[in-house]
Amino acid sequence: MLENNALGPPGSSRVSEQPQEIVNSPTELIVSVKNLVKRFGALQVLNGVSLEIKRGQLVAIVGRSGSGKSTLLRCMNALESIEGGELQVCGHDVGSPSRLARRELRSDVGIVFQSYNLFPHLTVERNITLALTAVKKHSRAEAGVIASRVLALVGLQDKAASYPEQLSGGQSQRVAIARSLALSPQLMLFDEVTSALDPELTGEVLKVMEDLSRQGMTMVLVTHEMAFARRLADVVIFMHQGRVWEMGPPEALFNHPQTAEFKQFISSGL
Amino acid sequence: MNSLSFTHLGYLVIAAQWTVLLSLMAFVGGAVLGLALALARVSKIVLLRNAAAVYIQVLQGTPLLVLLFLSYFGMSIAGLNVPPLLAAALSLTLYTGAFLGEIWRGCIQSVTPTQWEAAECLGLSRFAQYFYVVLPQASRIAIPPTVGFMVQVVKNTSLASVIGFLELSRAGQIVNNSTFQPFTVYFIIALMYFALCYPLSLASRYFERKLHVGK
Repeated sequence: MLENNALGPPGSSRVSEQPQEIVNSPTELIVSVKNLVKRFGALQVLNGVSLEIKRGQLVAIVGRSGSGKSTLLRCMNALESIEGGELQVCGHDVGSPSRLARRELRSDVGIVFQSYNLFPHLTVERNITLALTAVKKHSRAEAGVIASRVLALVGLQDKAASYPEQLSGGQSQRVAIARSLALSPQLMLFDEVTSALDPELTGEVLKVMEDLSRQGMTMVLVTHEMAFARRLADVVIFMHQGRVWEMGPPEALFNHPQTAEFKQFISSGL
Repeated sequence: MNSLSFTHLGYLVIAAQWTVLLSLMAFVGGAVLGLALALARVSKIVLLRNAAAVYIQVLQGTPLLVLLFLSYFGMSIAGLNVPPLLAAALSLTLYTGAFLGEIWRGCIQSVTPTQWEAAECLGLSRFAQYFYVVLPQASRIAIPPTVGFMVQVVKNTSLASVIGFLELSRAGQIVNNSTFQPFTVYFIIALMYFALCYPLSLASRYFERKLHVGK
């Protein structure tokens, strides 16, 4: 069982050279969103979003700030309540989950934030093992083994004993990714994870994400890294005014934008 | 009239030990109560939050002297014949708890919401979020103001003399009644309080510096 940790769920044997085969075969849906509505007070942030994400896909959500893309991501992890529509994630109904249901959801869904949100008072290793011992009831020794494996995945084995303040932004973000991976999620959410980083640090984080995707992890990222989205995403979603404005494979989408809004976004955003 | 002797000084030193004991009792009791109040103040349960807020407001608005009278005479009216030490420890606990509760609430709330969120997203229970993530960070912030407040507690134990508890101030009165050297006696008393409080002040400042260096 440990072997499958952090390498995607058992049975996801996608090979990097031929991702399309798996994506196009009748694979199971891991996220299903129907007419999702989310309000903050009088402000309607999501106006009926519908989309589906299959196992193994890399989905990039792009759009201007205020388009609702981060909110959509947070809804998928039940960090935000929803006011209407249906939301199924990894077999969990995320409509109005109870506290217990939310915790079950979170063992299947990992999320990484722009601001890393590492625990500053704990070492890198303890940041990773905390949930393993406190939630998954692994022994400290087992958790330590998992921690060193996920740290190896993000190339930071030598930082296990460091504290977050001793890390660069890029290293912090890689630790945050490792911390999520340690719980062997089926789905990883990335909320503008490179937006706070210098260009040279962005590369090392994107590299980790690319490896992860090649290993078959299902990933949804809200991003401003258009080149990354274009090169690696299976599906790109352009959000505008709380709606899915355009959606499709990146080449088709970027080469033939259908709407004036997306055209304008591409020309200004790149 | 007796002149001030080593016997008197020994008497004062013994009384100072009672001051220390009372301070410790107030502090331990107040810390337990204060933690409960702080957690209640940040609870998601409205009733708990409001009850703690009312308690803190009422206690902070009541003079400690009045609290001492209330607990000492109140309990004897209720038929409980409690020794002055217990009555004093009780009122100081109630008083210290109210202040520490409010100080610690602020410390808990100064841990950024994203830390809660990160812990939540890792599937930690509410208890685990407090225990592993929020309280360790809050307690680091809490050390300087808490140690600073201990100084107040030590000085406030002097009020327990009014209900007949023989601590440092009360002992000073007694020594003065026999020697009639009020300035000398109370100067010595003041020095002894200073000797108790100054290390705490130093510790508070030390922790505060450490906290800022750590950031």
